[in-house]
Amino acid sequence: MTNQTSRDIAYLRTEDAPVLPPPVDSIGLIGWFKKNILSSMNDFSSFGAAVSSVFYAVLTFGLLYIGLSLLWGLFDFTVLSAVFNDPEGLKRGVCTTVAQGGVAENAVGACWPYVKAKWQLFVYGRYPAEELWRVDLVFIMLAVGILWLIWEKAPFRKWVGLFMLTAYPVIALILLGGGKADYEQSTVGFFLIAGALFYLAGVLGLRDKLGEVLLAFGGGVKVFGIALLVIGLVMLFLSFDYGLEKVATDRWGGLMLTLVVALTGIVASLPIGIVLALGRRSKLPLFRVLSVAYIEFWRGVPLISVLFMSSVMLPLFLPEGTDFDKLLRALIGVALFSSAYMAEVVRGGLQAISKGQYEGAQALGLNANQTNKMIILPQALKIVIPGIVNTFIGLFKDTTLVLIIGLFDLLGIIQNTFADANWATPTTSMTGYLVAGFIFWLFCFGMSRYSIFLEDKLHTGHKR
Amino acid sequence: MNTAEQMNVSDELMIHIKDMQKWYGSFHVLRDINLDVYKGERIVVCGPSGSGKSTLIRCLNRLEEHQQGLIEVNGVELTDDLKNIDAIRREVGMVFQHFNLFPHLTVLENCTLAPIWVRKMPKKDAEEIAMKYLERVKIPEQALKYPGQLSGGQQQRVAIARALCMSPEIMLFDEPTSALDPEMIKEVLDVMIELAHEGMTMICVTHEMGFAKEVANRVIFMDAGQIIEQNDPTNFFENPQSERTQLFLSQILGH
Repeated sequence: MTNQTSRDIAYLRTEDAPVLPPPVDSIGLIGWFKKNILSSMNDFSSFGAAVSSVFYAVLTFGLLYIGLSLLWGLFDFTVLSAVFNDPEGLKRGVCTTVAQGGVAENAVGACWPYVKAKWQLFVYGRYPAEELWRVDLVFIMLAVGILWLIWEKAPFRKWVGLFMLTAYPVIALILLGGGKADYEQSTVGFFLIAGALFYLAGVLGLRDKLGEVLLAFGGGVKVFGIALLVIGLVMLFLSFDYGLEKVATDRWGGLMLTLVVALTGIVASLPIGIVLALGRRSKLPLFRVLSVAYIEFWRGVPLISVLFMSSVMLPLFLPEGTDFDKLLRALIGVALFSSAYMAEVVRGGLQAISKGQYEGAQALGLNANQTNKMIILPQALKIVIPGIVNTFIGLFKDTTLVLIIGLFDLLGIIQNTFADANWATPTTSMTGYLVAGFIFWLFCFGMSRYSIFLEDKLHTGHKR
Repeated sequence: MNTAEQMNVSDELMIHIKDMQKWYGSFHVLRDINLDVYKGERIVVCGPSGSGKSTLIRCLNRLEEHQQGLIEVNGVELTDDLKNIDAIRREVGMVFQHFNLFPHLTVLENCTLAPIWVRKMPKKDAEEIAMKYLERVKIPEQALKYPGQLSGGQQQRVAIARALCMSPEIMLFDEPTSALDPEMIKEVLDVMIELAHEGMTMICVTHEMGFAKEVANRVIFMDAGQIIEQNDPTNFFENPQSERTQLFLSQILGH
């Protein structure tokens, strides 16, 4: 007790402590270097610490050496010892040594003349040479559309977005395929009429004109009707004659085919996935069971078998004489497959939304559709942007699997060119794989960067 | 003198609960609830945690279903009929313990969402009304910020403004100050007191006994899913009848 009273505990600050700048060696490049590199290897105060410091120093410089030599190897292969030009049209000769029957003095690196010679094949597959402008036009529209949508300050973004999601795919299909599709009139008519009927039933049902059942499920019936109508309309548009030469899908290939398959999968999987995710959390057992069955079925089957089934087995089940385009079957397979994955990603986001958000919306009188559309989904989708983009990237790379059903995507067509005896050199395949890898990486990295940008943009709380 | 007694209470019945029972699974959470609330009443519901206070007021806008008995709000009976539920939710505003603001929308959008989509009001009118109520809760300057950028007390005031934008007949408060730091409780209570003086029908689940004494015209004490005692605040606090009420009051006022 006496102890307590003898110590002076009273204190009063009479003037503010000065606000000082941080020490120079704790900020900027020096600070970063000290904190992240030196800190693990500059402690020699005891024997143990010194051993650890030396170990980390050796590890750091060892890894640095390995990394740099790998980079140097790549640089040497692609630039220093690479062959860039083939002025005399020697083909394989320009990339092979004298001993191998060529003109090069030493072993060469990447054989760029080969890439140059085959570039058209890489990008367009076996698309007819005089019709390539159609593919270019589709590419350009896609690039302009995407840049327009990414650029925040561009005018009419809403309309461009709408165009890219509705008109563009149809225009692209017409340009690439050339229209004049020979669908049975009855098939097109069936889709249009059935679609219109379902749509009408949904609309009237929602207005409480067709009884309780359609009042409750009117939204679903309406969406189903719209889907049928869209299919019918697309078929209708594709069957017109636009004065373009018809190009069958077995001549599509290369990067163009990769983009067609990937973009179809990406654009189709998100909406289907959202519907499935909502269905899986629905209070109505029928929706729940159907969604779960769908998701578990498609997730349980490898994509390769889906593609095999769609190209080999499906025709066996369909009535005789139904000619169903191979590419279309693959597209449907990829879309159904990826939407099952997407559904689970979106469900993860839905589960992260607190019950309070639903209650807040309900207490304000918003109905279930409005709550999902305006409160739950915007937040849930924002949370799972990394997962969504992850699925997109996976899907983009999985498109290479269409090779097994005889479609030549970018990787497939590059591998295909290795068989060309005119370009058979020791480094042809390495060069080809390098190009394939780089193009895939470029697209995937782009998607990844955009997702990070989007996350930042949609962040609404305190910035870290 | 108790200011509450000077405020008007009309004869118009707003909420009528008769022999209401509710179970969570086999747990009987609300037992034999009978309650009439008249227009302009300010009712404070208190009681120990787990006594069913929140569940009771959440039954009034059907965030929870009751299994037996009758609940009528504003003359409409609460049943499974979605149309009735929607009609009642339009007229009953609710403020939650954890605010439940929509973090992806600005403060202004939080306030205009329901008037635009539920009341089908033009956006401009909705924004005008929203700004009016944001001024009433004294944060019009935060209208374009996101909820995550505001303090707890500011968020709760936005939540009150958001509910008021629907011009509700009744306001339900579910422990509106329980998640707030002490210095923020007052700013929220001030808004609620002002609202009470304007004659809003209010039911508040709260532990703020000062608020109860100042504005309530009736205090209800609940325990174990039942209404144990109700009285005007003066008598409730000075002369509690039941032992359970006495025990509860001694626990919360005893320090």
